[in-house]
Amino acid sequence: MGLLIKTMQKRSIKLNGLIGLLQKTGHNSLQILASVGRGAMFIMSLLPALPYSFWRFDLLVKQIYVAGVLSLPIILTAGLFVGMVMSLQGYNVLVDYNSEEAVGSMTALSLLRELGPVISALLFAGRAGSALTAEIGLMRSTEQISALEMMAIDPLKHIYAPRFSAGLITLPLLTLLFIALGIIGGYMVAVGWLGVDEGAFWSQMNSHVDWREDVVNGIIKSVAFAILISMIALFQGFNAIPTSEGVSNATTKTVVHSSLGVLGLDFVLTAVMF
Amino acid sequence: MQRQLKIEIWVGAFVLMSIAALLMIALQVSNFSSWKEKPSYQVSALFDNVGGLKVRAPVKMSGVVVGRVTSIGVDPQSFKARVTMKIDRTYNELSIDSSASILTAGLLGDQYIGIEIGGDEEYLAEGSEFELTQSALVLEDLIGQMLVKFSDSGE
Amino acid sequence: MSDQTLIEIKDLTFLRGERKIFDGISLKIPKGKVTAIMGPSGTGKTTLLKLIAGQLKPDSGEIWVEGENVHKLARKKLYGLRRKMGMLFQSGALLTDLNVFDNVAFPLREHTKLPEEIINSLVDMKLQAVGLRGAKNLMPSQLSGGMSRRVALARGIALDPEMIFYDEPFVGQDPITMGVLVELISKLNHSLGLTSVVVSHDVNEVLSIADYVCVISEGKIIAEGSKEEILQGESEYVNQFVKGLPDGPVPFHYPVKPYLSESDGAVN
Repeated sequence: MGLLIKTMQKRSIKLNGLIGLLQKTGHNSLQILASVGRGAMFIMSLLPALPYSFWRFDLLVKQIYVAGVLSLPIILTAGLFVGMVMSLQGYNVLVDYNSEEAVGSMTALSLLRELGPVISALLFAGRAGSALTAEIGLMRSTEQISALEMMAIDPLKHIYAPRFSAGLITLPLLTLLFIALGIIGGYMVAVGWLGVDEGAFWSQMNSHVDWREDVVNGIIKSVAFAILISMIALFQGFNAIPTSEGVSNATTKTVVHSSLGVLGLDFVLTAVMF
Repeated sequence: MQRQLKIEIWVGAFVLMSIAALLMIALQVSNFSSWKEKPSYQVSALFDNVGGLKVRAPVKMSGVVVGRVTSIGVDPQSFKARVTMKIDRTYNELSIDSSASILTAGLLGDQYIGIEIGGDEEYLAEGSEFELTQSALVLEDLIGQMLVKFSDSGE
Repeated sequence: MSDQTLIEIKDLTFLRGERKIFDGISLKIPKGKVTAIMGPSGTGKTTLLKLIAGQLKPDSGEIWVEGENVHKLARKKLYGLRRKMGMLFQSGALLTDLNVFDNVAFPLREHTKLPEEIINSLVDMKLQAVGLRGAKNLMPSQLSGGMSRRVALARGIALDPEMIFYDEPFVGQDPITMGVLVELISKLNHSLGLTSVVVSHDVNEVLSIADYVCVISEGKIIAEGSKEEILQGESEYVNQFVKGLPDGPVPFHYPVKPYLSESDGAVN
């Protein structure tokens, strides 16, 4: 693959017209293929280092703080407002059918199945994923990673593994908090403001939300998103050209790729699960 | 070291909050409490028509949930619908001549199975079958019957 | 002779893209001495250090350190070897999320199970040696370039390595610090029996401490020998470099086609 890229770079002759378009497409697809290959190799080399992150608990805790605790404000606020809006919108539709009690189960179901995992993942990619890429890119550009290697400390174990594991743990937890806050927000609007009966609100929710079907599937989704985002963010940092422009490009790529990846993966998972 | 302590406290709080959220979702929002496996026994019933009955629909006795529908299929011999359900062990003294009917909660609500207790001394056990069943009320049939009746009385 | 050689480079070739950074160089670095590797900027002196430490793989050729072929070593053994190496990066490469003290303590905490009091006193000693014991609570972002390099030096010697590589240690230091560093390097070398490799283009400072000098230009070694041999050498290259003359055989331009032929068009 490397040889292929080298020959591609050597042949920087620009062709015009249709052939040029063809050549450009081919060039781009080869480059995409190459970066997918590099990503896969990076992940393969990361896997054996993962258990180490649980052995060095102090590093893991620090990364959970960076990825999780620092993302709390945005996740909690977003969750609350999404729940409130869902409740308000749902009420307006349901009241026409005289079944406004169903607003609770509607809010809870949409939060658990879709909105919770997806919106949390998107916010996480923007908040924690981009920071991760920038941090690793800058550590590379300031030779900190090289310095670790020279101190006989494996960056895979010391830098990448704890960050990956922290992402894996953090996003599902954030998703749970997002959903819980969303339901509380929905409750506040429906019961506190719109005057839906409190008992009906909870009992409807209770009878329609299934633990296995809805809650567990939602958590599985968010674990999948966590793996995807952590992988993309770490790889982009690892792969970034160590200059300010390179790092900023990599950061943008993290957000774009993981957002699109989350939405695409969500469709696949939904199709398989429900 | 001071900083590490602060980080650890925050992470601890974060994890606790998440567990609280999970508990709230499990207990308040979903049917987790009724989902966990209670000791139960399985019985089945044949219906002419199950209407809109679904798997996991409640089985009620005098309005109290005593079990859940576990599967719905067609019986290969009689070509009737065979509904199997799990009933909690606590209610193990249902006489063998009890009847099961498919009922509807409200006019447009979900369908469930209602059990009417009989008077026999023998009780339903694992693998038993309800002998007396009443199928779901299908609205179209009902309207059809009514129309026939009206036209009959109109003559 | 061979028992005195610590690092041996055999016929090393390294390409970066199309460009040959090293073209079949061979070099022996003696044990317990200060070896200077000099050359104009862009000749890949830093790359050479990274090759020796096994961070980069050569396109051909071998590097032997302490009788082991660096690029054939398993990961674990390579890391074992690196524990005997200290490297001072040009930028310092301090870990930005730790303060000065924790940076110096970092390799000690990672590689030893020493109690915190001993680490404390060891770190204080190392910081004292570079004159920055008073700055131990500062964060790397609060340090000047020269200061962070001194902290990095303290970190580099924290594990008492057998060999230490300096990547441009004198760039951007004020004259006093430069003097201190020069003295520090030669002191460390002689009192601890370290083998030092200094990569630099600061001719005067380097020549004042080096026992053995090697000049690289255009991927080849153009001169090597003891300090005296180099200074008395006849090579035009060396003369130009050591004396800093603008004109001479050492190219100033990055390799390119002659100016006039460029305008004929890049194709073919």
